Amino acid sequence: MTDGLVMERIRHTFGDTEILKDVSLVAEAGKLTCLLGPSGCGKTTLLRLAAGLGPLQDGRIYLQGKIVADGANAMSLPPEKRGIGLMFQDYALFPHLNVFDNIAFGVKNLTAERRAWIDTNLERMGVAKHRNSFPHVLSGGQQQRVALLRALAPQPEILLLDEPFSGLDVTRRAQIREDTLNFLKDCGVAVLMVTHDPEEAMFMADHIVVMKDGKVVQAGTPVQTYFHPVDAFVAELFGPMNHFHGIVDKGELNTPFGPFPIPSISDGARAKVLVRMEGIRVAMGSHGDVPDECCATTGHVEDTYLLGRSSHLHIRIPASPNTPDTGETVLLHVRVSGMMKPENGAAVTVWADPKQAFAFADD
Amino acid sequence: MASSSPDTATQSATHHLKPSGIDIWAFGTLVVALLVALPIFVVIGLALTPSGDMWSHLVDTVLGHLVSTTLLLMLGVGLGTFVIGTGTAWIVTMCNFPGKRIFEWALLIPMAVPAYVIAYVYTDLLEYSGPVQELIRETFGFETRRAYWFPEIRSLGGAITMMTMVLYPYVYLLARSAFLEQSVCVLEASRVLGKGPWQSFFKVALPLARPAIAVGISLVLMETLNDYGTVDFFAVSTFSKGIYDVWLNMNSPSGAAQLASVLLLFVIVLIGVERYGRRKQKFHHTSSHVRALPGFQLSPLRAALAFLACAIPVTVGFLVPAWVLGGYALVFYEETLAANFWDTTLNSLMLSSMAASIAIILGVFLAYSLRLGQTPWVRVVTRFAALGYAVPGAVLAIGILIYLGWLDNSIDAWARDAFGFSTGLIFSGTVIAVTFGYVVRFLSLSFGSAEAGLSKITASMDGAARTLGAGPMATLRRVHLPMLKGSIMTAALLVFVDCMKELPMTAVLRPFNFETLATFVHQYASDELLPEASLAALSIVAAGIIPVLLLSLTITRSRPGQIAPDDEPHLIDIEEAAP
Repeated sequence: MTDGLVMERIRHTFGDTEILKDVSLVAEAGKLTCLLGPSGCGKTTLLRLAAGLGPLQDGRIYLQGKIVADGANAMSLPPEKRGIGLMFQDYALFPHLNVFDNIAFGVKNLTAERRAWIDTNLERMGVAKHRNSFPHVLSGGQQQRVALLRALAPQPEILLLDEPFSGLDVTRRAQIREDTLNFLKDCGVAVLMVTHDPEEAMFMADHIVVMKDGKVVQAGTPVQTYFHPVDAFVAELFGPMNHFHGIVDKGELNTPFGPFPIPSISDGARAKVLVRMEGIRVAMGSHGDVPDECCATTGHVEDTYLLGRSSHLHIRIPASPNTPDTGETVLLHVRVSGMMKPENGAAVTVWADPKQAFAFADD
Repeated sequence: MASSSPDTATQSATHHLKPSGIDIWAFGTLVVALLVALPIFVVIGLALTPSGDMWSHLVDTVLGHLVSTTLLLMLGVGLGTFVIGTGTAWIVTMCNFPGKRIFEWALLIPMAVPAYVIAYVYTDLLEYSGPVQELIRETFGFETRRAYWFPEIRSLGGAITMMTMVLYPYVYLLARSAFLEQSVCVLEASRVLGKGPWQSFFKVALPLARPAIAVGISLVLMETLNDYGTVDFFAVSTFSKGIYDVWLNMNSPSGAAQLASVLLLFVIVLIGVERYGRRKQKFHHTSSHVRALPGFQLSPLRAALAFLACAIPVTVGFLVPAWVLGGYALVFYEETLAANFWDTTLNSLMLSSMAASIAIILGVFLAYSLRLGQTPWVRVVTRFAALGYAVPGAVLAIGILIYLGWLDNSIDAWARDAFGFSTGLIFSGTVIAVTFGYVVRFLSLSFGSAEAGLSKITASMDGAARTLGAGPMATLRRVHLPMLKGSIMTAALLVFVDCMKELPMTAVLRPFNFETLATFVHQYASDELLPEASLAALSIVAAGIIPVLLLSLTITRSRPGQIAPDDEPHLIDIEEAAP
């Protein structure tokens, strides 16, 4: 049996609403697994069930190869016996205990070694000077680090993180995220983290489990999730995309960038091609330097928005490369890195990066 | 993948798990709820057992009179507390006049005086031989009682007045917070739409505050039904008095139980009104921004009227009784001290602290069990256990006496069967019986405080403690109790003081020759010896003032915009409590 956390065929309902519909997942030892999905998809419920904070209605949960909850006979190991760490979205620091006592709360046997561990890591996390402060005087970022240390202090076999960075200021988030990741890697603990932020999942995870409406839609590495999304929902997690709809003809769908091969969908069926905003390349002038395998088209810039590290362009192109004269056009949303500010109406050459274009059946 | 795990391995591994069904908390809740509900069940059960023609006899003789007197009393006290409580609340919240700051909290103080104490004092003042009538006779030269008209204090009207004067603070308290919560913009809109201040009050503010006022009045009426001291002293035949008369004088427990059951119907209606009001009250809590109240500047004449309107209730409800009792105590304290005052005080303190401790422990237990509660029936049972406060002391007293009598007899019979000796009465007429009564009646106070305190602690605190290895009990001890300290202390104080004042149950459940301050004062006052008991009466009032002062402090602190000068309205944020 796999080490770490295994959740098997979990179902859960609140009243008449089915929150989890037959969800299975594995959070392997020594790896960081991200549960990614929009709010309300059931990911937090799943996390609470893993922790034992609610009765398991259906399915099984194993920790380190041992069963800890079985929905079939309503048997369950109470949370305090599971040896898991859980960090809450609101951190849930105990207001009546100072920072050190908060962290030491779960340590069964507060040996000199454990005390030293706490002090070392308070130092490492930059909150050593608040060792004796009460939580309400700490900033959000400091509270987050104290909560993380508290969850890790009892040396849990698996650490559950519920939206660990959502309460933080955007400007501090990236740095804290990186510090946290490094710290978790050094601890070597299995981590299951819930987030709705795909960028966060990409940055942190060894393994991403995408959930939607109480179901797992895709589980894989960040690269697989980004470059091989199983459906439009997963593809669009990473930002809105350009949609091209049509009917499959001879195994291909016609797009403004030429025909796109769709071998998996039968002829005559409706399909769509999705291209990421950053998957569309732009060159100034009507005859840009286009890679051989790509089919380019010419368009005109309608609007440009400078966003700092990147620029957002609205480019109007003919709806079909084969019939440029019909007058039918589509508006492309394009994201290019760096500063790019062509005049409105300027002619540009655009083409699509095939790695960032995905075809799905249209429903 | 896990789906391939062999079933045998699973089964052999489940022995360390336990079913997540019934646990010690749910079981304990059931036991506590049953114990608390027992007296009520006993009363109803006894009322339903055939008892000859007792019921028809009661219907023929006393029932009609009891019902009409009780209803009149409720009507009078309800109306009186509504007018005084709502009126003073509106004046101190909306108007500026000299003394407003003081009246804001001083209007609460009459709450500290039990109705029976104020009844003794005013009887002493206003009866034929009292100083007031003497003064009238001397001034106008009247010779006899018939020569002039003076209201009889020992009457239904007198009882209504007495109870109104000490119970109106319930309505005042709730009406005031309702007015404070109302967005002034609504009132300003009403003014802009052409309604005057009076019309705005009747058409906007009052309807908006109606649920809160309904809660206040239903609490007042519960207290009214519970009262025994005043009506006994004034010989006004309400249900509480009727129950004791039928029970002790007609020697008919089943008749008393039947009356008590009818009284319970009144109570059920009141609980319904209270619950309904509270539900509506939640609904009203929607404003996110509230402007500081405008504070109408009153003309000197109106300011004087406002001052009087607030000063009279405080004077009648507290200053006069305290003055009279204080005066007597200074003169007669030696008599009081000689009459076992210290023993009596000790008895009161002992009983009240014992009951308060038990009520707190059980209250916290129930509230925490409700928080843990996975099973829906725990919720229902807990609610039921917290109903005691609404049940009049007379009803509980019968239930407890009969229940304990039955228990004693059973133990006695069993001991005689098994060991050949008689145990006699173990519980009946003991301190245990009185404490049991106090706990049943005041458990809802401690439970309510504990529940309110717990509701402010987020659920993730529990989750954090549990995942950090603390079981439910350790979580309670290490996380919740330290955070609840404040509300637990307040709750203990409330229960303690209510026990100190309690009369109807103490009067019949106490051991023979065992006096508390309340029974002592009642006994002396009934024998027309109020001056000799005034020190004891004053002690009860003094104990009662502590929680009222605490309450006033909370009110002054929580008052929105209190730092700002009166004439400078400013924006304040009322934080919505996170769901």
